[in-house]
Amino acid sequence: MANELLLALYIFVLAGFLGHHVISKVPPLLHTPLMAGTNAIAGISLVGSLVAAGGDFSNASTILGFIAVVCAAINAVGGFLITDRMLRMFRKKGERRS
Amino acid sequence: MNSLINASYLVASVCFILTLQFLSSPKHARQGLLIGAFGMTVAVVATLFKPEIVTYKWIIPSFLVGSLIGTAMSAWIPMTKMPERIALSHSFGGLAASLVGISEYIRHDPMEMSRVTVAALGFETFFGFLTFTGSMMAFGKLQGFITGAPITFKGLNAINIAAFLGSIVALVIFVIHPEMKEIFYTVSATGLIIGVTAVIPIGGADMPVVISLLNSYAGLASSATGFAIGNNVLIIAGALDGTSGFILSMMMSKAMNRSFANVLFGAFGTGGGSAPATAGTDARAPQYNQGTIEDAVSTLEAAQSVIIVPGYGMAVSQAQHAVRDLGAALEKRGATVRYAIHPVAGRMPGHMNVLLAEADVSYEQLFDIEDINDDFAQNDVVLVVGANDVVNPAAKTNKQSPIYGMPVFNVEQSRTVIVLKRSMNTGFSGLDNELFYQPNTMVVLGDAKKTIQAFKAELETRE
Repeated sequence: MANELLLALYIFVLAGFLGHHVISKVPPLLHTPLMAGTNAIAGISLVGSLVAAGGDFSNASTILGFIAVVCAAINAVGGFLITDRMLRMFRKKGERRS
Repeated sequence: MNSLINASYLVASVCFILTLQFLSSPKHARQGLLIGAFGMTVAVVATLFKPEIVTYKWIIPSFLVGSLIGTAMSAWIPMTKMPERIALSHSFGGLAASLVGISEYIRHDPMEMSRVTVAALGFETFFGFLTFTGSMMAFGKLQGFITGAPITFKGLNAINIAAFLGSIVALVIFVIHPEMKEIFYTVSATGLIIGVTAVIPIGGADMPVVISLLNSYAGLASSATGFAIGNNVLIIAGALDGTSGFILSMMMSKAMNRSFANVLFGAFGTGGGSAPATAGTDARAPQYNQGTIEDAVSTLEAAQSVIIVPGYGMAVSQAQHAVRDLGAALEKRGATVRYAIHPVAGRMPGHMNVLLAEADVSYEQLFDIEDINDDFAQNDVVLVVGANDVVNPAAKTNKQSPIYGMPVFNVEQSRTVIVLKRSMNTGFSGLDNELFYQPNTMVVLGDAKKTIQAFKAELETRE
């Protein structure tokens, strides 16, 4: 158990440092897409919600899972779409909008 | 099968990191996003093969409903409403995490869970619910359902401190006695309460910090979920989200020269409660030059270089397209037009950049404060569109001012400053702005969008 925790902490801390390193390089120009994008990425909580919604545990667990999947899917699907919608707008002079 | 599923999580983690890396330049950002969406798809599809999942009966409709809502929200929400959209998605993320936490708790025998799992479940539900109600309050404030001014009452800070201490005590008891359901639900309840009581006293102008901080909490909740269910991709994605929100909130606080604690407990900007110090009696009220459309256009017409400083007022009056049109008309007459973007202009990090990009302004014309602040001295005309605190010279000169020390644009060094304002009432922070009373400042009253459209129309009659 202690090992498991330590391993998980390793991953958490290293991912945090990596995140800090990578995110510091995002220019203020793109801070809103950054926020929307990390939101979309956090929609990965879907993998937890899916188990709750699709498992055979109890009615309560399934209902909670159902709502959680709805919420997480809004973020995962909607998050990527809206970030893309924003990024599409950023262009240089003379560049055609894609 | 299990190792294949875990491999898919590794793929997703790598994809997510690449997504963030590609965000370092607008050129490749969209490709990065595609990589992230790919990683997400791989991880989600792989999860469907988990042995614990016995039926898709509920998964398919819930996923469809969520995707439809998400798609609709993304397609139709206007860019000016982006802060609201982001606040909402934080609340969804928080809610999803805490519901998964509760579901985990009720379907396992608490006595068989390891202490780590128990602690992670507690954190997950606590941060999830805090993010949920906190973001709802932020959304309400942005949308105007709740007043944007800070809501405070006697004892609010005491309630906050009590709820915070209570939540820590409850968490500790929960880890020792995971079988006590009441304690688990107490932890959840304190999260819900703190989300409300911590956000309502924070003023609208501080929203960039609050939204960033809630972003960070949503990430922490996701990470805690990862610890609770032993899922590495959740830990990683949550850590990335958490650091991103944390970095942004640090930047925003720095851009306001305020500490975290001050933003969170300061209840800054009483919405005009304190009268501006310079106002005095009517007879001594400071004079300002009120200009007409014609006066302003004559000044703009003669300008070789123009710097536009947008603020939240531009978003409120949806003036970004009108601003771009005016900028383009000025450029056609040979002037250089640049935009000076303050980190805390608007209601969330990067708010102004997104609006101007939507209006088809090239991102090469958008400048951060450190890149443009030295150029104001050589500049002909500054056009302030709905910005107030970020152009207030008191931040540099008046030690008594609540915004003293905040980095502000040196707009007053330009030859002429044209300020567009709805009225001469004080801005959001309730602070008066000396800039408006300076001899080289011309104030044009009215709705920003209409005024700018009138500028452009007048400019075109003079060709």
